[in-house]
Amino acid sequence: MDKLHENSFVINIASVNGSGTQTANSVLLRSLFRMGVPVGGKNIFPSNISGMPTWFWIRANSKGYVGATSRADIVLAFNPQTFEADQSCLGSGGFFFYPEGKTAGKSVRPDIVAVPIPLQSLTDKIVAPIKIKKLAANMIYVGILSELLTIPQEIVRQVVNDQLEKKTSALQPNLDALDIGRQYARENLQHLAWPFVARTTDVPRNQVMMDGNTAAALGLLAGGCQFISWYPITPSTSVVEHFERFAKNTRKDKDGKNNFAVIQAEDELAAFAMVLGAGWAGTRALTATSGPGLSLMAEGAGYAYYAEIPAVVWNVQRLGPSTGLPTRTAQGDLTFSAHLSHGDAKHILLFPGSIQECFEFGQTCFDLAERLQQLVIVLSDLDLGMNLWSSEELKSAPVRYDRGKVLSPEDLDKLTHFHRYEDQDGDGICARTLPGNSHPRAAYFTRGSGHNFRGQYSEKAEEYSDNILRLQRKWETAKKLVPAPEIKSNDNKEGMIYFGSTSAVVEELTELLEQKNQKFDLCRIRAYPFSPGLEDFMKEHEAVYVIEQNRDGQMKALLAQAYPQWASKMVSILHFDGTPVTAEGLRHKILNLRGEA
Amino acid sequence: MNLELKAYEGSPSTLCVGCGHDSISKHIISACFHSKVLPFQLAKMSGIGCSSKIPAYFMSSSFAFNSMHGRMAPVATGAMIAQKDLLYLGVSGDGDTGNIGLGGFLHMIRRNAPIVYLIANNGVFGLTKGQFSAAADKGSLAKSGRSAELPSLDFCTLALEAGCGFVARSFSGDGKQLVPLLQAAMKHRGTAVIDIISPCVTFNNHDGSTKSYSYMKEHDQVLQELGFFTAAEEMLADYEEGGRQKVELPDGSHLLLKKLDSRAHDVHNRTQALSLLAQTRAQEEILTGLFYVNEATPRLAEQMQLTERSLSSLQEVDLRPTPEQLASLQKDFR
Repeated sequence: MDKLHENSFVINIASVNGSGTQTANSVLLRSLFRMGVPVGGKNIFPSNISGMPTWFWIRANSKGYVGATSRADIVLAFNPQTFEADQSCLGSGGFFFYPEGKTAGKSVRPDIVAVPIPLQSLTDKIVAPIKIKKLAANMIYVGILSELLTIPQEIVRQVVNDQLEKKTSALQPNLDALDIGRQYARENLQHLAWPFVARTTDVPRNQVMMDGNTAAALGLLAGGCQFISWYPITPSTSVVEHFERFAKNTRKDKDGKNNFAVIQAEDELAAFAMVLGAGWAGTRALTATSGPGLSLMAEGAGYAYYAEIPAVVWNVQRLGPSTGLPTRTAQGDLTFSAHLSHGDAKHILLFPGSIQECFEFGQTCFDLAERLQQLVIVLSDLDLGMNLWSSEELKSAPVRYDRGKVLSPEDLDKLTHFHRYEDQDGDGICARTLPGNSHPRAAYFTRGSGHNFRGQYSEKAEEYSDNILRLQRKWETAKKLVPAPEIKSNDNKEGMIYFGSTSAVVEELTELLEQKNQKFDLCRIRAYPFSPGLEDFMKEHEAVYVIEQNRDGQMKALLAQAYPQWASKMVSILHFDGTPVTAEGLRHKILNLRGEA
Repeated sequence: MNLELKAYEGSPSTLCVGCGHDSISKHIISACFHSKVLPFQLAKMSGIGCSSKIPAYFMSSSFAFNSMHGRMAPVATGAMIAQKDLLYLGVSGDGDTGNIGLGGFLHMIRRNAPIVYLIANNGVFGLTKGQFSAAADKGSLAKSGRSAELPSLDFCTLALEAGCGFVARSFSGDGKQLVPLLQAAMKHRGTAVIDIISPCVTFNNHDGSTKSYSYMKEHDQVLQELGFFTAAEEMLADYEEGGRQKVELPDGSHLLLKKLDSRAHDVHNRTQALSLLAQTRAQEEILTGLFYVNEATPRLAEQMQLTERSLSSLQEVDLRPTPEQLASLQKDFR
């Protein structure tokens, strides 16, 4: 490691959950972010409150490649349980920091640089009550690293100030701990052949750093979400908690009362049923959940499809089935979501691929749900939803809300008749009325049972098939309305299809593959049903690699169902162990498959 | 606005001839007519089962939501939060409520969502041909001769436990009692539960059943004679004499209760109501009447501090945050 690594380094902080490292990790990450260093943070945590291993990865990369990686340059080993395992992510010459005397009799690999820190004696210097002192001790390593990385002290202090604004008793001890760490590094670690440096860049200052669930909550606020019913479930919980906090700040009427409703349901059956009621009554209604919760919503999803009620589920995917691994990421709910429920049901899916898109789809999901009178399932995932990404500041799109075909009493006055399921426009979408509409012809009977175009109960074969074929017509309309795929074409013979959180590593993957002279056109899917552009992409390429984070190639299955004539061109590249997808991992899989490894 | 009785009618019933549920439809029509409920002010909600077909048989010009099995309570709760200016009249059954929908039923009550929740209670699953529901009394016989083995759930007791502020039981055959109860329930501020024994003529009307017409006739113990009076209607003098009790309702209307049963009961006393229900149950009586009224519990919209306007009437201008607000919310993420 003789070359200077400016703004390119990977730090892995290994600790025990519940030990209070979160604030310290966040200070380090945010200090780099405020310098304009391209950086991302990933929290790899157990489904547990206290005492189990947890890792926080910070990746700074001058080219902006901040997706996950399995290789670290710097490890802070604060968890004796994983002391040996935590060395494995370091390459030869990597730096391994650990608290002196806490090696549990285990050794350090001879080819890495061992940096024992006298953490206990440094902690003893902090003047504070024992409880605060214990937590503030974490800031010592922030001090050490920020000194070594030459992060300006005023930036780190400001971040600490901002983070502990409301915990005044903890502020000074934390600032002291920071100084103690910096001083220790200055006086004792100058001998290290330390190649990493953080340098302030001229990246525009309108950047924010947040997780996808926060961006989603802001998006839902901007997108006019009026109603959320939910049942808490990792990793979607923060979507609702953030929304409620944001809405309390901004969505009040002149008397200070809420222009929104958030209700914690007794289970996901009820959460979805409430969304049905609220969507039927004319609000932009949503529930947020993850796989097990979605499973309970299946009956309601079919009802929404057949009775044509606008509804949105924000699904932050995790590993399943059943409880699975609640804190590990996956893209495994695709086929289940696409056809959620029994019978001939299918639903609109959205695949946000970035913070920006989590925000943008907060409005798109309602525009589509209300326009199409259908269920829209947004498929985010834990990596996108709970890890920290930088982005341009989020701004409302200049697109007005699309509230769909809703007839007012005045509209009804102009009509000779109103039948709830009559396709007047030929697009498969029928006009609806909202409860409370006082026009004598406004009311209709909503039911999940067989009905004709008048909304009357019917068991007639012809009326059932007429209705279900009209729903198919609506599906064709949906293809023109959903976000189109993002295609980057360079006339390469082969293509690569990806979506969701995988997007974060594709640019890096492309570069790695180009080093091996392997070139691909790119197509990022943003929605299901697939837009016409996707078929062209299939047609124009000899082979198409479909990258996804599940075992069975669910996106490939949906593509093969939509385009059976191109199915033989599709090749699955799969990642499904719960860790965030990495560029080097995908590179390895692709090259292996092509015999180029 | 006064509408003719015809405006309160629905489609012809498709239930079995003699079904108790058809009487319930008739009494709902009567209650809505006498209370001058306008069709567009009412939303008819139901789950699945014979009971849940009832909304098709009254007030054709009202919006209706015949939802999923056991889900009427949360569907109605969601609708009510979104559009709170309507009167939500829900019709469920004993299986829809006590078996598949028990969680939703109790949580709706805990929240005090303003919904009139009727249980057309016949002790069996009619549409699947006569299996016992959780409301079948232990020892009651099925048509096949099989005996119900499990303790039954009492919806009124459950409602009281969950904090319900309007709890009553009635009999589909007793319009004199049920109509004023319905009229009063529609004026109640929160969740109102009326458990209505409504015999199933096809699967549960035989000897040995505790939900048959003849069993009801023998065991129905009527607690009070009921009269419903609107705010405008004049009251008779000295109404509180001779064991009468006047129950004030939020809009100024009231119920006049004339005690028929020898046991003393104050409808504002929850503990007394619970004990009375336990007592009569132990004696295998079916006590009907108004058991409990409490108008003091805040309604869901108040608990949630919802805007006075109906949420569904809010438009983009009310909903979209300003660019400044969005920027300010992002300060913490810099």
